[in-house]
Amino acid sequence: MPYIHGGQVMMRPGTEAELARMVAGASGPLRIVGGGTRGLAAGPGAVLSTAGLSGVTLYEPGALTLVVRAGTPLAEVDALLAAEGQALPFEPMDHRALMGTGGTPTVGGMVAGNVSGPRRVSAGACRDFLLGVRFVDGTGRILKNGGRVMKNVTGYDLARLLAGSHGTLGVLTEVSLKVLPMPRASVTLALEGLEAARAVAALSRALGSPYEVSGAAHVAAGRARTLLRLEGFVASVAHRAERLVALLAEFGDWQVFPDAGDIWRGIRDVTALHGAGDVWRVAARPSDAPGLAARLPGAPAVFDWGGGRLWLGVAEGTDLRAELGAFEGHATLMRAAPETVARLGAFPQSVPPLAAIEAGLRARFDPKGIFNPGLMAPTERAA
Amino acid sequence: MEMPLPDAATLERKPQIIARLMADLPPGTIISDPAETRAYECDALSAYRCAPLAVALPRNTAEVATVLRLCHEMRVPVVPRGAGTSLAGGSLPTADCVVLGVARLTEVVETDLPNRTIRVGSGRTNLRVTGAVEDDGFFYAPDPSSQLACAIAGNIAMNSGGAHCLKYGVTTNNLLGVTLVTMDGTVHEIGGPYLDAGGLDLLALICGSEGQLGVVTEAVLRILPRPEGARPVLIGYDSSEVAGACVSDIIKAGVLPVAIEFMDSPCIRATEAFAHAGYPDCEALLIVEVEGSPAEIDEQLEIILDIARSHNPVELRESASPEESARIWMGRKAAFGAMGQLGDYMCLDGTIPVSELPFVLRRIGEMSAEYGLKVGNVFHAGDGNMHPLIIYDANTPGQQEKCEALGADILRLCVEVGGCLTGEHGVGIEKRDLMSYQFAPEDLDIQMAVKDVFDPDWLLNPAKVFPLHSSAARRMAAE
Repeated sequence: MPYIHGGQVMMRPGTEAELARMVAGASGPLRIVGGGTRGLAAGPGAVLSTAGLSGVTLYEPGALTLVVRAGTPLAEVDALLAAEGQALPFEPMDHRALMGTGGTPTVGGMVAGNVSGPRRVSAGACRDFLLGVRFVDGTGRILKNGGRVMKNVTGYDLARLLAGSHGTLGVLTEVSLKVLPMPRASVTLALEGLEAARAVAALSRALGSPYEVSGAAHVAAGRARTLLRLEGFVASVAHRAERLVALLAEFGDWQVFPDAGDIWRGIRDVTALHGAGDVWRVAARPSDAPGLAARLPGAPAVFDWGGGRLWLGVAEGTDLRAELGAFEGHATLMRAAPETVARLGAFPQSVPPLAAIEAGLRARFDPKGIFNPGLMAPTERAA
Repeated sequence: MEMPLPDAATLERKPQIIARLMADLPPGTIISDPAETRAYECDALSAYRCAPLAVALPRNTAEVATVLRLCHEMRVPVVPRGAGTSLAGGSLPTADCVVLGVARLTEVVETDLPNRTIRVGSGRTNLRVTGAVEDDGFFYAPDPSSQLACAIAGNIAMNSGGAHCLKYGVTTNNLLGVTLVTMDGTVHEIGGPYLDAGGLDLLALICGSEGQLGVVTEAVLRILPRPEGARPVLIGYDSSEVAGACVSDIIKAGVLPVAIEFMDSPCIRATEAFAHAGYPDCEALLIVEVEGSPAEIDEQLEIILDIARSHNPVELRESASPEESARIWMGRKAAFGAMGQLGDYMCLDGTIPVSELPFVLRRIGEMSAEYGLKVGNVFHAGDGNMHPLIIYDANTPGQQEKCEALGADILRLCVEVGGCLTGEHGVGIEKRDLMSYQFAPEDLDIQMAVKDVFDPDWLLNPAKVFPLHSSAARRMAAE
C-alpha cells in the first residue's frame, strides 16, 4: 500500500504483480527508484521503489549466469559472486559519495542507468553483460525480453533498450546478467606530471597494444597522474607490465605496483570530484577529450576509458554544453543544484529526427507518460 | 513456410514502379530483368525462393534514402539485403517487393587507430573490415563463419556472433554508431566514434532488428589490437556429458578462452572422412583456444589441460606449431561442408544454458532416432549456442517437412530448458512461427510496437520475425 513519507507518497510493492497493479492504477507521475543513490527521487509525483523486489532467482557459476530481482542490493550480489571467485565485470560505480546521497545501490538501478566503471573500456558496459529483463510497462503489463543465455538474437533487443533508459520506458523487476571470474592478479602502472593530451596519447598507445589493458585513466586534479591497469593470471600480468613499461618508455618512468584496488575504486567513484561544484560527465572520442577539458581552464578532470569518458568539475551553474560547443559525443549533468538541473537538463537532448523516434518509443512503452517524466526528454507528456 | 500473398495491385503496377525508381536514380541502380534478379531470389536458406519485383543497388546513403522514400510513397514493401548469407531467410523476397541491396556501399569512410574505431559502408564484408586495419595490428572481433562473404549490414541486422565471441562479444558489443535510413527516407545518425551513445540505446534496438526498422548504410565499429598469438588444444571424450562438464569446469576456473568449440561423433566422423584432420574417433571433441604471448598461453593451457585430464580424456593434443593449430581448426572449419557431403542439411541455432548441454544432446539423439533423420552437432560450447545439423534429402517427398518438424522440436527443447530459438542466425522466416513458443502475446506486441515507431506502414521486411497471425492486423492496416 502507498504511504506518505516526508510529504511524498511512497509506493514499495513487495511483488512484481503488486507493482504492475500500482502502475496500472496510477494516473500521475511516478519517480522510479531503486536504492535512491542517484538523487532521482526529487521531483513531482509519487515515489515508486523497487526495493521490495529483492533476492537472487538463479546463480549458476559454471554457466556465468545470474538472475536477480531488481531491488536486490548490489552489495549482496557482490558478496554472492565473490564467494565463487566471480564478479560483475563492468565494475559499476557507487554514486553516493560523488552525489552526496545515501541509500543502497541496487541491481535494477545499475541496469536502468547502464552504470559502468573503469573496466568498461575493455570488458564492456553494464548493458553488454545484460542477458534479459522482466519489466512492467506504463500500462501495468508484465513483459519479458531476452533470457538467461549468453547468445540470443530472438526478437528485438528490448533488454538493452531498457538499460540506460533510467526508468522512463519501464520498471525493471528482474534482470539476468553474465558474470565473469575475478582476475587473480592485478598491477597498476602510474606516471605523474603528464599533460592531458600527452597522457591520453599514452593511454591510447597502451589500449592499442596487445597487452589487454583493463583500466586507462588520467586524473588532472592537483598533481596529474596517469594510470594503467593489467589483470589476469600472475605470470601473464607480470609479463604484460614489463612489455607495457617498455612500450611507453618515451612518456616517462612508470612506477609499477601490485593490486592498487583503492586507486581504481577512486577512479570508478570519481573521488577527485567529491565535494563542491557541479559535476559533468562527457562521452567523446578519447583524443578529443583533452581539448574539451581545456575549454574549462583549471577545472579538475578525470579522464577514464582512455579519455572516452571525461568527468569535469566546474563552477556551480556552468552550462558546460554551451562551453564545449559542437563535438562528437554528449554531456550529462551529474551533480548540480535542482535549479541548474531544471535549467540545463541532466541528460543530453536528442535532436530531430531522432528525437521523434525516441518520443515514439516513450509513447508506446509509457502511453500515460508517468515514468520519470521530464528526466530524459522535456517533451514527455506528464499526465 | 507460409509467406503472405503478394499484393495483386502492386504486381500490376510493376512497370510504373520500376519507371518511377529509374527516373530518380542513376542508370544501373535498378534491376528488373528476371535473368538479372535471379541471384536475389533467395539467401543461404535456399530451400525458399521468390523473384522480387525489382532489385535496387544504390551507391550511397542518399540513393538508399531515395529508394526508400519512393517505395514508401508508392507503398511498395522493401526487403533489405546485405550479402545474402542469411541462414534464416532474413532477406527472402516477396513477389511484390523491391530488394534493396547494400553491396555497393563498401567504402572505408574513416579509420581512427588512436581511438580504435573504423567507419565503413555497410556493404563491406566482415573480413574486409579486418583487412583494412590488420597491417596496423588491429582486427574486427565478431567472426561469423561466413565472414569472407557476409556484409556488416547483415551482421548488424542479425547481431552476428562467431567462434570467438566468448571473449570478444557479438556485433552489438562492438558497434558504436550507425547511419540509418528509415522507410520514409529519413537519414538518422545514431552514436558515433565514442563509447555509449546518448539518449535511449537505439543502437541496441537496430542491432538484431533483421532489417525491419531501417537500412544501415554506414557503421562505426570498435577495432581491437591483435593478440600476440593464439594456440588451440584438442580434447576428446567418450561421452558428451563428460565433455560438457569439462567445459563448465574450464569456465568456472577463471580462464577465458577465446573459443570453446564442440563436435559430437556424427559430426567428427563426417568431418574426418571429408577433411582428414586426424581427429580421434570418439563421442565428443572439444577445441579450446587461448590467446596471448607464448608464456601467457602456456599458463592458461596448463590450467585447461589439468581440468581436461581430470575428466579422463581419450585424446589430448596441444598444438606445437602454427601448422598443427591449423590442422586442429581444419576439421571444425570444414564441418558444415563435411556434413553437406552426407546430404542436404538444415542448420539450427538455438542457445541453451551451458549446464543443460548433456541433457539436450541426449534428447536430440533420441529425437533424431524417432524421426529417422541423422543429426550432427557442432557448436560454440562456451556460450551454449548449438548448431544441430539435420541431414535430409530434399528430393525425397516429405523429407523437408519432416526435417523442419524435427528442427522445430529441437528448438522448442532449447526454449524448454531455459534457452532461446536463435543465438546468432536470427529469426527470419525460419523461426518466425516458433516465436509464440518463446514469447507471450504481449511480449511480441511490445516488440511490434517498436516497429510501429520506425515503420508505421510495415513496409520494411514485413513478413519476417513475427508470426504472420501476430503481425496480420498491423500489416493489413497498412495496406
